Amino acid sequence: MSLSSIQALVLRYLYLYTRTPIRAVELLFWPLVHLLVWGYLTMFLKDNTGDDFPYEITFLIGAVILWDILFRAQQGVAIFFLEDVWSRNLLNIFAAPVTNLDYLCSTYAVGMMRAAITSCMLAVLSMIIYQFNIFVLNWTLIPFVFNLLVFGWALGMISTALIVRWGPAAETLAWAVPFFIQPFAAVYYPVDALPEMLQWVAKSLPCSYIFEGMRDGLKTGEVDPSDLLWATGLNVVYLAVAGVLFSRVMNKAREKGLLTKFASQ
Amino acid sequence: MGEPVLQVTDLTKRFGKVTSVDGISFELPKGEILGLLGANGAGKTTAINMVLGIISPTAGRVEVFGKELSSARIPILRRMNFCSTYTQLPGNLRVWQNLKVFGKLYRVKNLIQRIDEVLEMLEISHLRNRVTGELSAGESTRLNLCKALMNRPELLLLDEPTASLDPDIADKVRKVVSRIREEENTTILYTSHNMRDVEEVCDRVIFMHKGKILFGGTTEEMLQHFEEESLEDVFIRVARGGDIENPRDLTPPAEADREEGV
Ligand SMILES: Nc1ncnc2c1ncn2[C@@H]1O[C@H](COP(=O)(O)OP(=O)(O)OP(=O)(O)O)[C@@H](O)[C@H]1O
Ligand SMILES: [Mg+2]
Repeated sequence: MSLSSIQALVLRYLYLYTRTPIRAVELLFWPLVHLLVWGYLTMFLKDNTGDDFPYEITFLIGAVILWDILFRAQQGVAIFFLEDVWSRNLLNIFAAPVTNLDYLCSTYAVGMMRAAITSCMLAVLSMIIYQFNIFVLNWTLIPFVFNLLVFGWALGMISTALIVRWGPAAETLAWAVPFFIQPFAAVYYPVDALPEMLQWVAKSLPCSYIFEGMRDGLKTGEVDPSDLLWATGLNVVYLAVAGVLFSRVMNKAREKGLLTKFASQ
Repeated sequence: MGEPVLQVTDLTKRFGKVTSVDGISFELPKGEILGLLGANGAGKTTAINMVLGIISPTAGRVEVFGKELSSARIPILRRMNFCSTYTQLPGNLRVWQNLKVFGKLYRVKNLIQRIDEVLEMLEISHLRNRVTGELSAGESTRLNLCKALMNRPELLLLDEPTASLDPDIADKVRKVVSRIREEENTTILYTSHNMRDVEEVCDRVIFMHKGKILFGGTTEEMLQHFEEESLEDVFIRVARGGDIENPRDLTPPAEADREEGV
């Protein structure tokens, strides 16, 4: 692993944003739209559901914020790769002394920056507009955020691997992959709300434990430590699987000349 | 003479049923400029990409600086660089930003100074603050070359570096290539469809045809070998002789003698 390679790749990404600030719109616009839609829905439900609702209804706003962390981390990895594809820069990067790990670490760093920017914005706005304070979750926020970032990275690596394997035609996967899992991730409803068969799918995703934990935390102020353990344990597995998949696909790409094909498209 | 900077042995690449590179072997001693010639599709770019480790060989070996590429890829890549018509630097960055990023990737010391040097060498200092995507084709080719020179590579791979350059700039680029060899004893592998390039710049030439090496030697040897007046004629003859079953048919007696150890 080389720190200067990672720095260089991150620097390249920062130049991209500072040179064309319009890119930041993508970073701020969609999260804001989600916050407004879910926020006002929350306010409406809160005024009309009475006290027998099993959760503090404002968890929907918390869900928007936490989901966005996962999504941005995934995008950090997948879009980073696509930027190189779009600018026909892929060969320059992969013929430079950059290991897979250097490359991935820089995408992680970028994913983390993206997540930090949007989640801070959402946290502040939800406080101002809806008086929803995500920080009541207290210290549990740290493992929550960390686990979501890690799962986002794993998904990002999987998305990138699929794009390398299937070529630019699969580009939309960069955006689609997180949404494949969203229905089962128990983001906006508890795992119990799913049919039994699908609950099993939910339980195999690290993020479902985080969203469950967040709902409990908002309701009772306490989080079941086993939720955190499950999330972390599953994340280790996902990260390992994604890492192996990524490096396999890269080797395959060298075998089939996929990287050079990308460059010529 | 020390060990060759680049040694390629029985290198083969098959993509499914297509054999792009078919058992080529050659070596490149330090400080030599070797031209890789051949018609479109002869396998030049595939060969270069295997030396860069972007494509893995189906069979054969690539050794650079005395080490097997597959086992020491990163340290080897640090000491080499390439420039290809098939790649571009990110169009949305400024010229200096791109050079800074790649300078850091290759761990270039005194980075800012080096950026100025390479820009000056290719006479594009005035483009320093321009957005890369707005450069003309010839300007961005020269920028690609700047990137390739950033780390003072000991082995430089140039895949059609003069494509899309006007005659004046092409001439300047040839001079730069010759100059860095003079000054830094850089070893260079050079593909081009421009015979002028080859005659002027290369010490030795390898002629590829359908993935195989037909001939290797100096330009003069090649002209003698094929009994033609110019490289251009040789090129056309080989390219049109697409039905040549056995490249040895083209081997004149002198060469055959040598192979038999006479
Ligand atoms: N990634 C790939 N997948 C499949 N076939 C490939 C791939 N890359 C190259 N080829 C095939 O290999 C052969 C040699 O291609 P290559 O690009 O090496 O030729 P070249 O000598 O560089 O030609 P040119 O002068 O046109 O650049 C061609 O038939 C090409 O279609
Ligand atoms: Mg080529």
